[in-house]
Amino acid sequence: MSINATLIGQMITFALLVWFTMKYIWPPLFDSLEERKKKIADGLAAAERGQEDILAAEERAKIVLKEAKEHSSELLSLAQKRANEIVEESKDTAKKDGERLIIAARAQIDQEIQQVKDNLRAEVATLALDAAEQILGAEIDKAKHQDIINKVSSKL
Amino acid sequence: MATEAHAAEGATGYIIHHLTPLSVGSGFWTLHLDTLFFSALLGGLFIWFFKSAADKATAGVPGLVQNFVEMMIEFVDTQVKDSFHGTSKLIAPLALTIFCWVFLWNFMDLFPVDILPSIGSMMGLPYLRSVPSTDLNATFAMSISVFALIIFYSIKIKGPIGFAKELLFQPFGPWLMPFNLLLKLVEEIAKPISLALRLFGNLYAGELIFILIALLPSYLQPLLSFPWAIFHILIITLQAFIFMVLTVVYLSMAHEHH
Repeated sequence: MSINATLIGQMITFALLVWFTMKYIWPPLFDSLEERKKKIADGLAAAERGQEDILAAEERAKIVLKEAKEHSSELLSLAQKRANEIVEESKDTAKKDGERLIIAARAQIDQEIQQVKDNLRAEVATLALDAAEQILGAEIDKAKHQDIINKVSSKL
Repeated sequence: MATEAHAAEGATGYIIHHLTPLSVGSGFWTLHLDTLFFSALLGGLFIWFFKSAADKATAGVPGLVQNFVEMMIEFVDTQVKDSFHGTSKLIAPLALTIFCWVFLWNFMDLFPVDILPSIGSMMGLPYLRSVPSTDLNATFAMSISVFALIIFYSIKIKGPIGFAKELLFQPFGPWLMPFNLLLKLVEEIAKPISLALRLFGNLYAGELIFILIALLPSYLQPLLSFPWAIFHILIITLQAFIFMVLTVVYLSMAHEHH
């Protein structure tokens, strides 16, 4: 077991390995580690900010919701009022319409009564003449007695 | 040693064979090919794995590989930040390299002791010692490099005069200058030696125990090598971790003024 030139060879190999590690291996790996550390820190900070944003948004949403509720109840009461008005109005209109219809119907009924009366009058006159003819047993000159008939029938 | 191994038979021969490196050259200019090959291979594996993760690294959702690699990076970065308070572009990658490389070296210890040498002998290699951390050259190469960095940073941060003052005037003041220097030199030199020997000793002993277990009758082997392997998982990680943390601590001491 003696120290010999192997020592020198080993030292050269060692120096090369250290040089290579220092130049090409350590920096990229270490940098990527540092970069990831930074990324993670950034990500955590962003997450925290996001959390805060969410809280603020929730707060805002609550306010908006409250406003909307107030507005909608206002609208609802307004609509209620309006509906009542409309109902009242339509009730009035209906009443008026009904009255008008009733008046018209009455007028028509009166007219029809009148017409029926006229018809009856004419028919009664004819019947009376027929009856008179039968009773008298003689022909009555229609043309001669038309005046009398007309007078009677107009009295009916 | 090689000839002895050939000569010795039985258990001793088996052990010596497993602990003999595949080497070329002679004297100081001997190269342990297996140590060089396996440590370079494992270093390449480490580089390939981490580079593939680094190329695909995104700050988005990480994949399985990236997750694992980032876990390692975070782990090393935490260790470095705990004990090192200066700013340096070198320390953290250095610590990562040391941890992963030493861990992979040590991990070779968990391969069954005979597999790689058998494959080696099929390929015509007489010896193959697959665990680089059982080679003093490998552990010392790393600890001496760390020591050089300690000296470099001490001089860079404190200036040559500041460093010299620290060596001469501490801990007992200027009147005991030679004694201070002696203490300080021992303290400094103990750092690389302890780093290298701790790692080497643990892994060499661990490997030796695996080899000894492999010498037992085959029905006893699983009974012993299984618990030892599980225990060794702890040891190899711990040794890699200790090497890394001590490196960071030594370098942070080099950065501090007294």
